[in-house]
Amino acid sequence: MIEHDVVIVGAGLAGQSAALAAIAGGAKDVAILSKVHPVRSHSGAAQGGIAASLGNEAEDSVEMHDYDTVKGGDFLSDQDASLILTESAPEMIYALEHMGVVFSRTEDGKIAQRPFGGHSSPRACFAADRTGHAILHGLFEQVVKHDVKIYSEWYMLSIIVHDHGCHGIVVMNIDSGEIEVIKTKAVMFGTGGYGRIFQTTTNAFASTGDGAIISYRAGVPLEDTEFMQFHPTGLYRHGILASEGARGEGAYLINGEGERFMERYAAGMMELAPRDIVSRAEQTEIDEGRGGEEDGDAVYLDLRHLGRERIMERLPQIWQLSRDFQGIDMIEEPIPIQPTAHYSMGGIPTNVDGEVVYDEENTVLAGYYSAGECACVSTHGANRLGTNSLLEACVYGDRAGRSIAKYLSGGYEERPATPQVFSDAVAQATERADRVRAMDGPERLGDIRNDLKVAMTNKCGVYRDEGPLTELTDELREFRGRYARAHISDRTRRFNTEFLEAVELDHMIELAEVMVAGALARKESRGGHSRRDFPTRDDENFLKHTLANRAEDGTPDLTYKPVKIIRHEPVERTY
Amino acid sequence: MPEPITIRVKRFDPETDAESYWQDYTFEPPSEDSTLLDCINHIKWFIDGTLTYRMSCRSAICGSCAMRVNGGGQLVCNSQYRDHLDADNTITVEPAGNMPVVKDLVTDATGFWEKIRAVDPYIRSDREREAEGEHLMSPEDFSNIDDASTCIMCGACYSECASYEIDKNFLGPAALAKAQRVVHDTRDEEQGPRLARLSEYGGMWDCAHCFACVQACPKPVNPLYRIVDLRNEAHRRNFHDNNGSRHARGFVDIIEESGWLDEAKLPLKSVGSLKEFVTDLLPMGIRMGVKNKFRPNPMHLLPGRHHPPVPKMNEITKIIDKTKAADPADNE
Repeated sequence: MIEHDVVIVGAGLAGQSAALAAIAGGAKDVAILSKVHPVRSHSGAAQGGIAASLGNEAEDSVEMHDYDTVKGGDFLSDQDASLILTESAPEMIYALEHMGVVFSRTEDGKIAQRPFGGHSSPRACFAADRTGHAILHGLFEQVVKHDVKIYSEWYMLSIIVHDHGCHGIVVMNIDSGEIEVIKTKAVMFGTGGYGRIFQTTTNAFASTGDGAIISYRAGVPLEDTEFMQFHPTGLYRHGILASEGARGEGAYLINGEGERFMERYAAGMMELAPRDIVSRAEQTEIDEGRGGEEDGDAVYLDLRHLGRERIMERLPQIWQLSRDFQGIDMIEEPIPIQPTAHYSMGGIPTNVDGEVVYDEENTVLAGYYSAGECACVSTHGANRLGTNSLLEACVYGDRAGRSIAKYLSGGYEERPATPQVFSDAVAQATERADRVRAMDGPERLGDIRNDLKVAMTNKCGVYRDEGPLTELTDELREFRGRYARAHISDRTRRFNTEFLEAVELDHMIELAEVMVAGALARKESRGGHSRRDFPTRDDENFLKHTLANRAEDGTPDLTYKPVKIIRHEPVERTY
Repeated sequence: MPEPITIRVKRFDPETDAESYWQDYTFEPPSEDSTLLDCINHIKWFIDGTLTYRMSCRSAICGSCAMRVNGGGQLVCNSQYRDHLDADNTITVEPAGNMPVVKDLVTDATGFWEKIRAVDPYIRSDREREAEGEHLMSPEDFSNIDDASTCIMCGACYSECASYEIDKNFLGPAALAKAQRVVHDTRDEEQGPRLARLSEYGGMWDCAHCFACVQACPKPVNPLYRIVDLRNEAHRRNFHDNNGSRHARGFVDIIEESGWLDEAKLPLKSVGSLKEFVTDLLPMGIRMGVKNKFRPNPMHLLPGRHHPPVPKMNEITKIIDKTKAADPADNE
């Protein structure tokens, strides 16, 4: 058995921030564990920016950032969390800058800022169009500097929860295939999102929601998973992200007829309306026959008027991506794009200190922390504004790390966990691993995964409706059946990626079930959740967070908890 | 449907294979514009689940999928399969070089990361904890670290590095590019000690300029150019007391004499002491002499010109003068 005071699972912005904060707070024995090397984490794919009201380019304030965030979230944000997020932002940016993160600069040498969707002032700090990459590598530099113990390419199989406390995790060393327990005083999840359950997604193959489902199976509910963000500008058919920074720099959206259609949906902010609104506008254009490309499933991002110099200075990565993946030079031609699954607003419920809470009363599960996309604190409510995710990962990762340090130095008490608890956990994980490695049915994992993604995109996508969601609920039951009859051909132990993909697919199917249950029950349209049969927001019945608990039979059992409304009463949301 | 293609993969399973072997997969790619990664995924998901490799973002930012395609290191996610077909509609895929193979296309990158760690890849500054605002950095200063900071640590350059292949002490292109990013970061306050260390054996002067890293790099890092940036900075700051610097300056001196590069003179210009001459250069010269690679000529030990100048020597002198005038420090 391995022992550490703290294990951070996931090494993106949230995980690395938490590790560094825990160490800064005095924690002595902190380890980071990730199924990919830390710099391979999906935070690195974030492009456009990280929000903070520095006011380097125009007047700005925490109050404006806070209100934009809550309004952007369609008033489902917990307002204690959104205020902490926006208040902490400037200090966080300066801390990142001091540790060495590379930022693009204004003429007078300050951090440059650009406009972004739903933000009333240019507050996106950026490193060209690779902001996530710049911060991820900047944090990793610090992790190297502090010589933090890293378990790179280790896969978590389960979390050990016993007697209202967390005692560690069960992990597999991918290289050897061996299963071990890591006994801890505190565990933190920064395990990322689950966009991979959709057909077209900006998310990496690794974004399969492992942490969220492992937590759910250990008895912690999942919050607000029906709120899935579709990014308005994924490269057509590839889903690769083309940063909102493009529109921040002034790019237009045009339909198949060459019309700047946002005029009809958000005449005030046009292309810089929040993502849920822009994605719905695009989907409506496509559904009503004004799309482009062969199948009419695309609209276009037009950057031509920005000119070569601006594009190459501010958006070099997406110029390259569009050239490599679409064969298009965006300086000369508009690029086809489409709404693309991007970000999960929901996740593991936490309080503002990063502690995981497991019921309607927000009771804390001792020794278990979470932050970043896998968590739901909830600053983003029903729809996240662009550039708030990197900020949230850093701010709440940092807060979780500090809470952990405090817990270790003060609140921690040895909880009774007999050796039996650990040996049972290993036995269970080993039994599951052996079962997966022995799967010998007729179904191909690749087919099940593809069918799942297509079903989720068609029936739980930008627009939802009772009929298709009900059908989907039944189909997901069939997916479980098909999974039980699946086949695996790699039965070895060492570096068995087919085994990992099989386990991930198991997680994806269950996540889809939780998401669809939440979507079916939420009979309103709010932020990223849009029902054709209930097209308006219903504050009277649904101004509340969904909590899905795993019932005895494995199905999601829904309850709700109130939203923390403090300063901003819900009003109609127009842009 | 696209025409069938063959992907020839170098395979190795540590649990069953004594050594690696080639396996051909012939199939119709998912679509005309599939990437090479799409094709490899197609093999794994629909033909042979045992094929093992790393990949994640599929958009050239995570750096997981560097391997050798038709003999050269690169990512497999950011180009279409059609760009790599040979005359037989075949693409050859094998693990990245300069690293031990773990399984199929997965390599052990421990050595690569050790090199990165060896350059202390983080800003060192007493100002680190100042809380008030950002450090000012001009757009020009940013542009000096812009290219190097796009590095995704995929290891494609390291896979192809000829200098590292023959001398494992060499830091390699990725680590040196990272070092350039830190050295040229105006927030760092240890440029001097860094440049001193990077001037030692295994550092910036041990690159053989083969350009393989530039060809392999999927981002605008161009490691060799970053190494040149480091050398220029080292000269600007007068880090002259090392073989690399003496070699570079000696090169210019020799050309200045006659327009010819008298290669026999270059080693003499590069050594720093009589001791080094006796312990390193002389034995090598003798070995080369024995193998007929070089005919010893005592004249070489004498200072001064050994060849008549090239025709139009005045034009060469002009080039040298102009270059020195452009950045005098570079050529001291």
